[in-house]
Amino acid sequence: MLKRNDARADKSNFVGKTVPRENARRLSQGRGRYVDDIAFRNLAHVAFVRSPHAHARILSIDTQAARAVPGVIDVITGQDIRSMCQPWVGVLGHFPGLKSAEQYPLAVDVARWHGEPVAVVLAESRALAEDGADLIEVEWEALPSVVDPETALESDAHVIHPELGDNLAFRLDLEKGEVDAAFASAAHIAEGTFHFGRHTGLTLEPRSIVADFDPALRQLTVHHSTQTPFQMQDVFARHFGLEEGSVRVIAPDVGGSFGLKLHVYGEEMAACALSIRHGRPVKFIADRLEAFQTDIHARDHRVKARMAVSAEGEILAMEVDDLTGIGPFSVYPRTSAVEGNQAIRLMGGPYRMPSYRGRLQVVFQNKTPMCQYRAVGHPVACAVTEGLVDQAAHALGIDPLEMRRRNVVTQDMYPHTSPTGYVFERLSHEECHARLAEMMNYERLRREQAEARERGVYRGIGFATFIEITNPGPAFYGVGGARISAQDGCVMKMEPSGDIRVMVSVTEQGQGTETIMAQIAATHLGVPLERVRVYTGDTQTSPYGGATWASRGAGIGGVAVMKTAEALKENLLTVAATILQAQPGELDISAGAVVSRASGEERMPLSELGRIAYFRPDTLPAGFHAELTAARHYVPQGYPFAFTNGVQASHLEVDIETGQVRLLDHWVVEDCGRIINPLLVDEQIRGGVVQGLGGALFEECLYSPEGQLLCGTMADYLTPMAAEMPDIHVGHVETPTETSPLGAKGVGEAGTAAAPAAVMNAINDALSPFGASVSRMPFTPERVLRALGKV
Amino acid sequence: MKAAPFDYVRVSCFEEMQEIFAAHGDDAQVIAGGQSLIPAMAMRMARPSVLLDIAGLPGLSGIEDTGDAIRIGAMARYVDLRESALLATHVPLIRDAVALIAHEAIRSRGTIGGNLAHADPASEMPAVVQALDARIDIRGPEGQRSVPAAEFFLGTYAVDLAPGEIIVSVTVPKAPAGRLSGIQEFVRRSGDYASAGGAFVLDVENGRIAAARLACFGVCDRAVLAEQAAATLVGQELAALDPEPAVKALASEIEPTADLHNGPATKRHLIGVLTKRLLADMVSRSGKAHG
Ligand SMILES: Cc1cc2nc3c(=O)[nH]c(=O)nc-3n(C[C@H](O)[C@H](O)[C@H](O)COP(=O)(O)OP(=O)(O)OC[C@H]3O[C@@H](n4cnc5c(N)ncnc54)[C@H](O)[C@@H]3O)c2cc1C
Repeated sequence: MLKRNDARADKSNFVGKTVPRENARRLSQGRGRYVDDIAFRNLAHVAFVRSPHAHARILSIDTQAARAVPGVIDVITGQDIRSMCQPWVGVLGHFPGLKSAEQYPLAVDVARWHGEPVAVVLAESRALAEDGADLIEVEWEALPSVVDPETALESDAHVIHPELGDNLAFRLDLEKGEVDAAFASAAHIAEGTFHFGRHTGLTLEPRSIVADFDPALRQLTVHHSTQTPFQMQDVFARHFGLEEGSVRVIAPDVGGSFGLKLHVYGEEMAACALSIRHGRPVKFIADRLEAFQTDIHARDHRVKARMAVSAEGEILAMEVDDLTGIGPFSVYPRTSAVEGNQAIRLMGGPYRMPSYRGRLQVVFQNKTPMCQYRAVGHPVACAVTEGLVDQAAHALGIDPLEMRRRNVVTQDMYPHTSPTGYVFERLSHEECHARLAEMMNYERLRREQAEARERGVYRGIGFATFIEITNPGPAFYGVGGARISAQDGCVMKMEPSGDIRVMVSVTEQGQGTETIMAQIAATHLGVPLERVRVYTGDTQTSPYGGATWASRGAGIGGVAVMKTAEALKENLLTVAATILQAQPGELDISAGAVVSRASGEERMPLSELGRIAYFRPDTLPAGFHAELTAARHYVPQGYPFAFTNGVQASHLEVDIETGQVRLLDHWVVEDCGRIINPLLVDEQIRGGVVQGLGGALFEECLYSPEGQLLCGTMADYLTPMAAEMPDIHVGHVETPTETSPLGAKGVGEAGTAAAPAAVMNAINDALSPFGASVSRMPFTPERVLRALGKV
Repeated sequence: MKAAPFDYVRVSCFEEMQEIFAAHGDDAQVIAGGQSLIPAMAMRMARPSVLLDIAGLPGLSGIEDTGDAIRIGAMARYVDLRESALLATHVPLIRDAVALIAHEAIRSRGTIGGNLAHADPASEMPAVVQALDARIDIRGPEGQRSVPAAEFFLGTYAVDLAPGEIIVSVTVPKAPAGRLSGIQEFVRRSGDYASAGGAFVLDVENGRIAAARLACFGVCDRAVLAEQAAATLVGQELAALDPEPAVKALASEIEPTADLHNGPATKRHLIGVLTKRLLADMVSRSGKAHG
């Protein structure tokens, strides 16, 4: 569609242009440099002994035989590690009442989920470490387990942390407007219970770390597959009693993250502890089974909800009760309250709905810990809201797209505050709906659907309007006491060649952040894109900042880069004016050269400026100092977040005899504000949609009633694959945010936020002739058949 | 995920193999394509102390015409089955089955012998060889023997192989004139093991079904022949075939077992739907072939 070299043809403006990802060629040719690819001298490896029980007391651990294996260096149990590391507790001050228990890298005395590490073996190779782990005998006393969140709060439920009193980690009640009156006066009440199965992030590159402690300098260098090097630098420093400046975290190439590579995991902490103890580099690369057992899981909600609507289809109120199971701990340092908090606050978000009551209960259970994963809370809120909207529309005989048009917050209402307190600067629901109807040829699709039904073919069309939280400011974590930076920084220098080097605190995991930063720098400096190089992910050389999460890279990091480019340009023009004996205002930079602002005529290439400034400053006036490096920081102000919005639609076919769902087409119209790189925005949307479709149709971390994780391989845990995916058509509306000079909001999670809701509504639309519906994700063939009463 | 320590021996004759089995007993294990064994070893669920590579044994490879049958060497890979002109002509059901197995990388390593010995209940080939009334040729310390496929599969991952015995080949009778065969399966994603599948053979004489063999996979603890269902088809006129009695008989004669994603009731339902669809498909293909 877009030509590859478009951007290079226009030598000055790269913002808004499709530019291929700079690192795509390198990575696809196998020249990536992931943690596991880096060679270290004297490297040691760890393997873990894990709990085979969901909940059990450790009576004894016999490490004798393991220690005797040639090549085994050390064996550490939970009791041993207590003196090697400060424990942590996953709570934050802005979630009042949130509780969790103290955690060490290894379970101490009691293991609380199937797969929790209880001992670690350090050896000369991973295979030898596994041989050692094999020989460790743990004597267990099985304890009753809490598996289903529904049972966690029952009076006879086993309390997972007796010192906390009960299994309720967090509770939140929200109320606004006249909820009871709205339900009393409603023409119709839509009602349902929605289940969201557990799934997980499944990064192509698993969690990886090499911790390398130098005892002479008391310096810990950590190569880590992480989204957040600075957060981890702080964590390692505090929990191992090191100076912050003595910890260096380097994130080399990172193969996907999706939110799971910013939490604190016992395995990584144990690797650091062992490196400090032995003074040699220690590697941990999670294998796929370990990933399923210990990478954070996502979702696990049961939501009971109802919606009051008037006879005209106006949404009057919603009442929501969300119960979510987070495993045995709230995850450190971001907590496991964020997902539920966002889920109940995002309910009804696109609509004018005046009244709302929400209740959230976050409970402990004996499963893998649950925490933030791509589109935190969004798919839950979106599916519940959109599911009820469809039910109401159906009951009132209103077309589902029309029902949404009647209820969205309209252009004249901004800035608008939702009943849960979210403030929207300016969204574009009406334009997005109009664009979608046109793109999908809605009327024709409905006609075809009716014709197909005549032939016994059951197709469905489902919509989901969404909002997405992006560009979070300090309200997200900082105010709660977390040492997680809300600002990002950039350092930019011009080298003698005229080339530009950009160091920025946001990080790259394959989404193209570095390319976007280069586009912004090149545009605001006026240099060709290929003259710009971007470096990220090293706490020793990057400016300090929050890095990459919650769709903040472009919207926050991008502004830091833009401001730095402007500052550096001003510096360079001052130097140029001095050399050329002109006024800075008469000059400009374009295509890598200083030009006359009025005529555009080239006055001097930047390489000449660099030559004079670096090597012949003696030719410049006395007292003049050329500033060839600039630095700026940026934090969003004014609004706590920048919301984006959009709408998705799914078209699919249900085989009513087998329950199999075949995806035919998927459409997204989204508004992420100013688009910096259309190709990368579309990739983010498509990738996000696929992850959403995975949760809706395939992916589920299945457990036995006793809490045994049943899927430990990619053969049991079904991820969406290309053959099952529909064409995903993406359209855009651009409403730049005025809170930032760049106008860009985030786009990383929008696809995931609404895809499951669109699919659910489409399945239910297809099943409507049978009066059947589904609301338990993933929508497996068996669940569809059950809804149809066939099994 | 690193295998426990093991030795590797590539044997070149049966005597050598027998010596190793005699010395190591159950701790020695044959490796063929490695597509099931290696993952199990990586997870330390399989822990052979000696891995016996049989690729060098005489007579285990190749696909040959023995007159009224085709003899398939145990080490024939899925891709070899797919490319074989002999099979395409005489037993097309095998080629059709290969298309449903896993993905290309696995098809270019996995072998028919390894597949049958592994006996995954959701695997295609154990059903195919039963539908085709093939014989499994076995060699062990007591010499050679040959077992009808329908008697070879004893349960999930359990087959009629004594310690020290291996599959050397599979002998498949050539299809007689008038044979219709077909295979279908329901999968969550392309390439997955089947949630329910069927490999059917109908022998038609003068427009009537003279014999039927319906093998189901992914439904029970092993691939099974549905004999009562097959009996309801015999004698029926092909062009007016009524599948309902077969579906009914099937539902009562099989004992479905759950997999991770489907309960027994779902399996029973799905195999009924599949039976109807596969029979209809076979009838319609035969109509096209003749008309
Ligand atoms: C991702 C994935 C998807 C798959 N999907 C499917 C699928 O859809 N359908 C399907 O049918 N299979 C599937 N498989 C399994 C695949 O077909 C295997 O290749 C097959 O099951 C085993 O054959 P192999 O030659 O690889 O045997 P190996 O893995 O080498 O051996 C398997 C077992 O058989 C024994 N064995 C091997 N050869 C002999 C012999 N000649 N005599 C006696 N014992 C022997 C071994 O000791 C071992 O116990 C899949 C595998 C993977 C990894």
